[in-house]
Amino acid sequence: MAAEEIESLIRQGIPDAYVEITDLAGDGDHYEARVVAESFRGQPRVKQHQRVYQALGGRMGNELHALKLSTAAPE
Amino acid sequence: MSDANPRIDALLQSNDIVLFMKGSALFPQCGFSQRAVAILDHLGVPFETVDVLQDPEIRQGIKDYSDWPTVPQLYVKGEFVGGSDIMMEMFQAGELQQLLADKEIAKAS
Repeated sequence: MAAEEIESLIRQGIPDAYVEITDLAGDGDHYEARVVAESFRGQPRVKQHQRVYQALGGRMGNELHALKLSTAAPE
Repeated sequence: MSDANPRIDALLQSNDIVLFMKGSALFPQCGFSQRAVAILDHLGVPFETVDVLQDPEIRQGIKDYSDWPTVPQLYVKGEFVGGSDIMMEMFQAGELQQLLADKEIAKAS
């Protein structure tokens, strides 16, 4: 999966998200995503990660094998 | 709901800490699972692992169980805590240690 595709899916699912994708291995399969969104504020981490996975619509664990994910509300 | 649910319930009821992972604690088959094991080893608490690669029903079932698409998954006293990224974040913030203390889980002697 291309990094741009991951970024755009997350932005579609979480419109207020700031998304930063890092390609960890250069193989199109191992990425790190940092997702910061005001709408995360007050939500537990598990819920924040679930929202990102929902935005990816079932690709996580399938087309997209490895995504190291960190989420936060803006400082 | 999957047929795996009663089996998962039973595993969570009989073990305080359960890590669903790829491979075993000694031979993890994936970097994320390896990281999860390393964190638990470092905390020095006893934990049970379930190798999802050996059990296709659990492998799919555990994803539905917590609405969480990936393995590893950590459960403490039956409650889903998170995957390896959340474990690492919580560990670095001291929150995982606090959670285990709150749940009254003692270190292995």
